[in-house]
Amino acid sequence: MAEIVKINIDGIALEVTKGTSILDAAKSVNVKIPTLCYHEDLCVAGNCRVCVVEVEGRKNLVASCAAPAEQGMVIKTTTPKVRRARTDIISLLVSEHNTQCTTCYRSTNCELQSLAAEYNVDSERYLSVLKPNIQVDKSSYSIEKDDSKCVRCQRCVRTCAELQHVNAITVAHKGRDMKISTFMELPMNEVVCVNCGQCVTHCPTGALTERRYYHEIWEAIGDPDKHVVINTAPSVRVALGEMLGYPVGTRVTGKMVTALKKIGFDSVLDTDFTADLTIIEEGHEFLQRVTKALKHKEKVALPMITSCSPGWVKFIEHMYPDHLDHLSPCKSPHQMFGALTKTFYAQKIGVDPSKIVSVAAMPCAAKKFEANRPEMKSSGYQDVDAGLTTREIGQMIKQSGLDFVNLPDSNYDSYMGESSGAAVIFGATGGVMEAALRTVYEVVTGREVPFKNLAITPVRGLEGIKEATIKLENVVPEYSFLEGAEVKVAIAHGLKNARVIMDQIKNGTSPYLFIEIMACPGGCIGGGGQPIPTNDEIRKKRIAAIYAEDEGMPIRKSHEVPEIKKIYETYLEKPLGHKSHELLHTHYKKRNRY
Amino acid sequence: MTETKELVKKLADKYGRARESLMPILQGVIEEERFVSSEAMTEIARELDIASAEVYGTATFYSFLDTQPRGKYVIRVCKTITCDMHGKKKVIEKIEDLLKIKLGETTQDKKFTLLTTNCLGWCHQGPVMLINSTPYPSLDENKVTEIIMDYMSK
Amino acid sequence: MENLKRVDLIFGAYTNEKYKVLESTLKKSSEQIITEMINSGLKGRGGAGFLTGLKWKFTAQESEPTKYVVCNADEGEPGTFKDREILTKVPRKVFSGMAICGKAIGAKKGYMYLRGEYQYLLPDLMAELDVYHEHAKRFNHDFTIEIRMGSGAYICGEESALFESIEGKRGEPRNKPPYPTVSGVFSKPTVINNVETFVNAVMIMKYGAEEFKKLGTSDSRGSKVFSISGDTPKAGIHELELGMTLADFVAEFGDGDTKAVQVGGASGFCVPRKKFNETIIGFEGVPTGGSMMLFNSSRSMYNVLHNYLDFFEEESCGQCTPCRVGCQQLLKGIHAVKKGEKPSSYLNQLLQLSDTMKITAKCGLGQSVANSFSSIVENFKEEMIY
Ligand SMILES: Cc1cc2nc3c(=O)[nH]c(=O)nc-3n(C[C@H](O)[C@H](O)[C@H](O)COP(=O)(O)O)c2cc1C
Ligand code: SF4
Ligand code: SF4
Ligand code: SF4
Ligand code: SF4
Ligand code: FES
Ligand code: FES
Repeated sequence: MAEIVKINIDGIALEVTKGTSILDAAKSVNVKIPTLCYHEDLCVAGNCRVCVVEVEGRKNLVASCAAPAEQGMVIKTTTPKVRRARTDIISLLVSEHNTQCTTCYRSTNCELQSLAAEYNVDSERYLSVLKPNIQVDKSSYSIEKDDSKCVRCQRCVRTCAELQHVNAITVAHKGRDMKISTFMELPMNEVVCVNCGQCVTHCPTGALTERRYYHEIWEAIGDPDKHVVINTAPSVRVALGEMLGYPVGTRVTGKMVTALKKIGFDSVLDTDFTADLTIIEEGHEFLQRVTKALKHKEKVALPMITSCSPGWVKFIEHMYPDHLDHLSPCKSPHQMFGALTKTFYAQKIGVDPSKIVSVAAMPCAAKKFEANRPEMKSSGYQDVDAGLTTREIGQMIKQSGLDFVNLPDSNYDSYMGESSGAAVIFGATGGVMEAALRTVYEVVTGREVPFKNLAITPVRGLEGIKEATIKLENVVPEYSFLEGAEVKVAIAHGLKNARVIMDQIKNGTSPYLFIEIMACPGGCIGGGGQPIPTNDEIRKKRIAAIYAEDEGMPIRKSHEVPEIKKIYETYLEKPLGHKSHELLHTHYKKRNRY
Repeated sequence: MTETKELVKKLADKYGRARESLMPILQGVIEEERFVSSEAMTEIARELDIASAEVYGTATFYSFLDTQPRGKYVIRVCKTITCDMHGKKKVIEKIEDLLKIKLGETTQDKKFTLLTTNCLGWCHQGPVMLINSTPYPSLDENKVTEIIMDYMSK
Repeated sequence: MENLKRVDLIFGAYTNEKYKVLESTLKKSSEQIITEMINSGLKGRGGAGFLTGLKWKFTAQESEPTKYVVCNADEGEPGTFKDREILTKVPRKVFSGMAICGKAIGAKKGYMYLRGEYQYLLPDLMAELDVYHEHAKRFNHDFTIEIRMGSGAYICGEESALFESIEGKRGEPRNKPPYPTVSGVFSKPTVINNVETFVNAVMIMKYGAEEFKKLGTSDSRGSKVFSISGDTPKAGIHELELGMTLADFVAEFGDGDTKAVQVGGASGFCVPRKKFNETIIGFEGVPTGGSMMLFNSSRSMYNVLHNYLDFFEEESCGQCTPCRVGCQQLLKGIHAVKKGEKPSSYLNQLLQLSDTMKITAKCGLGQSVANSFSSIVENFKEEMIY
């Protein structure tokens, strides 16, 4: 039974369970204490000391994020002593900082900047101790690292270690030389970083950002010779609004499409189209493997694991290079999109593919790297010219001067603009699995999945690893060998959880047949390219928006989308066919773990 | 297997492969090679099944776990207060003179590296220096010359 | 000399039979040992001065079955070298003390964390450890001791940083609470004591709390091993009773021209000549882990402070803002004032900063920079400016 302690914060008496931090206790009575190194997703570090408060009877101030409330504590959060100390600490951070807010990508969305403004610190208070000659590391396609803007809060390091189990970055050296570093201070593109961008969304400042490509896209849009196509991922539409004046969890699909058209994209398409295509391809791949294994007793790699999260793909390439055969061969949806844009689409609209610039609007930082993988050239060109994050799209809309809130809604263009609700839910953890089950179950049994409103609830939600078992009964004759079979599936999000799943596979103890893995906690809605901040509360709201979007769709299953049926009839021939292999599938590379 | 790899493996066999063995293993590498090379760190990461970045982060925290190549004899002269008061500067200058290197450098023949360090716990007999792990207290120019000459002939 | 009492407790000769005190103490119950320790009033010799008996008691009370004893032999405080001397001369007493603590709290394993700078001591210590383990076995005392080495990081003397280091990590101090008695090394209840504290424990077991209490004052029981250095003809190790005035101390150890004494190392206080009479060495006055550095009038206190700040700026672990940036600012600041780039009033701002560091830094290092900073700047302001 949890013990209750009585405390008093700024004159408010309250009771909290023992062990609650002073910060959380204060939050519960709407007393806001400033923080910097604290992040809801991460373990408490207590190193910035911005959150200090006064506890009656103690000479020293107390870091409220790290100190548990104790019986009888009388806490004051805004005494002159506290204010002076906080001002001093923020001034110290500024004195170590390359304060270039006017040109900084994180300006107006930076925790140091708002703290410094809130406390109105004097930038001249202390001498500058900014290290000279700091070079910005722009080696990675996805992540830019600028140590001159780092406040050493270690949020990135904790993210990479705790949430992602990658440990591409670490705290190195000590004292005045302490800094965030890679192994041997190597450039980011030479280390095990999987480009997930989680460190970016957890960084309070402009020290870690995604590498931006929108300048090039503006140029391309302005070039009359270029045909610029953009496809937008499902998670973008439920998060973009956060940057443009909407509350968290607002769907802005129609306005986003209008804005992109007004910005001058020649065609605004929906990544959902290839998400549906992924389901068809991946679903058939799965059935093919199961058939081989169960019917023909052949040796195939099972469980099969989804491959639509490029951060996850690079993770398995580094960490489990001997188990790449478990990965579905499908490219991530936007890469399929890119390949089709410069082939199928180009043909349809009669434009020379060399003139097409294909852009992907993604919740993701890893897609930037993926777009630049050498094997992603199945159209004969670089399939995707640029992967932009939700944040970059938001930035472009701001730059365009559009009055976003008052824009009318529009529909996606075609071709490749139609899609199902199954594709929309790709954005949330469990969504790919749910979409796949909606289709696979129907293929095998001829009936809809037995869940109310098609909502396969066991695979939904924010639990790190989710499981579900689907029993197959009264199957169609082709799949008679599956009669009565129980298909056990799992869903993991956040690479920490992926490790658990992979260790089972490595040890030969995995009970599953099919697994969905997403690199980012919460799935794409919590992606490394999404608006900052992201935390569980925000993730939940974005997820709710995703499922609402699904429910509002006339078509809820991938295999029922007319345009999908049509592309198989007219272009791709059949799932897993020759053209699919050429355009929609890829192969993987063993990478170094250390 | 290279020598370094073998060394790391031997140390891991000796100290075990848990995280808590990291320091003893790093110290063991220093003992043999005087610095922890990139190769050594990668190998340690592999043996202990931790990220190489973590090995690097840990090693760079400790000033005796050099990640830069060092000479066979690493000289560390105490620069803290009482040694400073009692002539550490002269001692350093003398060594610089003898070895023809500046503070922080390694001799061409990779035999000596000259560094400073913080209080060595011989304040009553400063200035003092460590050569690898051996302390030499009560230094003056004559004494340090003698000691260095002795090492030079080793 | 009459005002200073020399003692020969710590370095006194070993008993004739090896590990005799340990053997007899093992016959006592855990409660008896702890009560005796509490009665002695012994306070930790590592600097912070927490009551050792209480620390043992808290740890003994924890229900978690796995517990550890840790001996802090990281001695890195500038001007301190007494633990080295103890480990050189009477290591048997240190191991005995750890083993007694193991009995008191119910631990089966002890670690000695020895600073890398003292690696040369290792062969002798290992040899003595073999002797210890032989005897522990003979006494049926299930308590083994392992020596772990540091590698040149002063902050690893801070207890939680030391635990991190034993665990194979960067020596970054942890948040407190939880305290070591609840969650120490490997997150288990842990007693961590200084080398000298363990020796004192053995002496208390040998002579009894009452005898021990006859030494020192009510706030500062027992004797203390002092590391004396700087401008003194008698530099070295001296075991003295606690509670003397600094004036008496200077009369004995000064060179006749002492202008200031730094009590407690770089993280301690600088006492100027005019305060020698009123300053008592002990927990009731200026506490010290044993470091006493004397400065005569030929010394520039600016240089002294500069040297300290240089030390802190390097040896801070760097994780928390007030300490990491604060140390750099203090150093850069006094330099700027000295060169005339900042007005002398900037020193007041730096004093305020050092105060912020004292009340906001995460661990004792950052919190104690203000001790030497303010005591030097306030007492020797003119030396800072001109
Ligand atoms: C920066 C810093 C360095 C310290 N270094 C040492 C040390 O070298 N030896 C030591 O015994 N205690 C040191 N301490 C104190 C320890 O944290 C701890 O209080 C002590 O080991 C407890 O033992 P005691 O109660 O026997 O004194 C240090 C504390 C700080 C903050
Ligand atoms: S990181 Fe923040 S404080 Fe620093 S320059 Fe950018 S916006 Fe300004
Ligand atoms: S992008 Fe992901 S893997 Fe790379 S450093 Fe950041 S958190 Fe780690
Ligand atoms: S890079 Fe960002 S998250 Fe990482 S320590 Fe610096 S400011 Fe914090
Ligand atoms: S006060 Fe200094 S040494 Fe202590 S935690 Fe903070 S930065 Fe590290
Ligand atoms: S938010 Fe509490 S110390 Fe950083
Ligand atoms: S000051 Fe040099 S050994 Fe202590």
